[in-house]
Amino acid sequence: MQSNGFTSFKLKKKQAEGEKDKGKVVSRRYTILSLIIISATWCLLTFIIRVNPIFLPSPLDVAEAFVTLYTGGILVPYTLISLYRVLLGFFFAALLAIPLGILMASSKKVEGFSAPFIGFVRYLPVTALIPLMILYFGIGELEKMMVIFVGTFFQLVLMVQDTVSSVPGDLLKASYTLGTRGTAVYTRVLLPAALPGIMDNLRICMGWAWTYLVIAELVAANSGLGFMIMRSQRFLKTDQIFAGLIVIGCLGIITDYLFRYLSRLLFPWYERLGQ
Amino acid sequence: MLYVNGLYKTFVDDSSTVNALQDINMHIEPNEFAVIVGPSGCGKTTLLNIAAGLENATQGTISLNGNIITGPGPDRGMVFQSYTLFPWLTVEQNVAFGPRQQRLNPMEIESKVDHYLKVTELIQFRKMYPKALSGGMKQRVAIARALANDPQVLLMDEPFGALDAQTRVVMQELLLQVWEEDQKTILFITHDIDEAIFLADTIYIMTRQPGTIKKIMQVPLNRPRDHSFIITPEFIRMKKEILELIWEESKQAAMEARG
Repeated sequence: MQSNGFTSFKLKKKQAEGEKDKGKVVSRRYTILSLIIISATWCLLTFIIRVNPIFLPSPLDVAEAFVTLYTGGILVPYTLISLYRVLLGFFFAALLAIPLGILMASSKKVEGFSAPFIGFVRYLPVTALIPLMILYFGIGELEKMMVIFVGTFFQLVLMVQDTVSSVPGDLLKASYTLGTRGTAVYTRVLLPAALPGIMDNLRICMGWAWTYLVIAELVAANSGLGFMIMRSQRFLKTDQIFAGLIVIGCLGIITDYLFRYLSRLLFPWYERLGQ
Repeated sequence: MLYVNGLYKTFVDDSSTVNALQDINMHIEPNEFAVIVGPSGCGKTTLLNIAAGLENATQGTISLNGNIITGPGPDRGMVFQSYTLFPWLTVEQNVAFGPRQQRLNPMEIESKVDHYLKVTELIQFRKMYPKALSGGMKQRVAIARALANDPQVLLMDEPFGALDAQTRVVMQELLLQVWEEDQKTILFITHDIDEAIFLADTIYIMTRQPGTIKKIMQVPLNRPRDHSFIITPEFIRMKKEILELIWEESKQAAMEARG
């Protein structure tokens, strides 16, 4: 009976993996299809219909812009400084938001104390806060970082709170009956149970961090991808705007992929929906 | 000894009060296998939660070896109906969770884990995560995890309720085997009458709202038991008696509902 259970289990696993692989292949096929359609439309509009390049530069124009930006010593340093700002602002947001979110989920006092403030600030548009930021933090790196921090922190706190709140109560009860007390409830049950969800929260918030970066760099900046886009607009260099957008988009895809990869690596036990 | 003394539980919300438990008294001896059987909604899970220290009684007490229960503790292990394995831990890490919490030395933990994986027939699955296990295997791990913590009482809240009929029978036999080997006091809840008779030394039959104990029955069947018991005349006689008690109860409930 035992060995039967084992083989049927293995078989089930194999089938499940086979289905998963099939799903992956289908998904990849459609990714390629969508890339082909986008590129084809772009080529069609620029090479054949010949849309005014001030509105839509051709792929060749954009490639040329990349070369100009690269040889002009702008592309790499600006990308790095933007990356630095995003990561730093996001890092501090995560550093504070994760513990606060966990505390808000597990303590009515903390929740009651912080909910009004967080709820209020969350709805303030970050763009409207930039004048204040400049007033308080100047126009240096600190201000850029703070824009990203404010833009992501308040969202992230609530997302983490929600994730931790949805840890099944029976899991906590089970740990109590096994003798878990005090801080061990956090370190040995609540945190490990919530980590994959928190990782997803971080991944989603990272996208917003990039949005706020560009906002931060549109005002009072003299470096970075957002600044580059802004300046290109002034000189009607649409090809360079596109180059900047492509860099930001690609960095977004890469960070997103890294988060997913890390999540899979760190949480092999996690059951994702649809898998 | 697990004593339940004059226990009452009342749930109050804005519009109504529900008497979930009313004057429950139980004396469970060491190593006794006690089963509470009753229809859903009779408050049996509430009773178990109070014994586990996860809920408070409105009136009355439950005591274990003379100590009144005020909160959860490792002296009372619990197996839930829902699957409550820690999904980020492998089977063996789940079983080791309690002993690690008690900071036993690693050698001791390992030998405990090995022992309980062996008696629950899980040795070959020890490195797997819960997501890869079937429902029956998950509950076997949950039993091993509760036992590895060496509790004085094992509280079981319809642990096989979510399993299919075949698996349930296998699990019942396994539980009896484990219990006979590793003497423990067990308080087990079910709505399945066959399960109750098959497992129990003593059966407490509960009525619904207010939850009271209607009858206490001793099960005279010899041990060790296997499932051929369920067709013996003694078994059938007991089943009939319990069924009649419960039917009477449900008829009353239905009539009350009709007004």
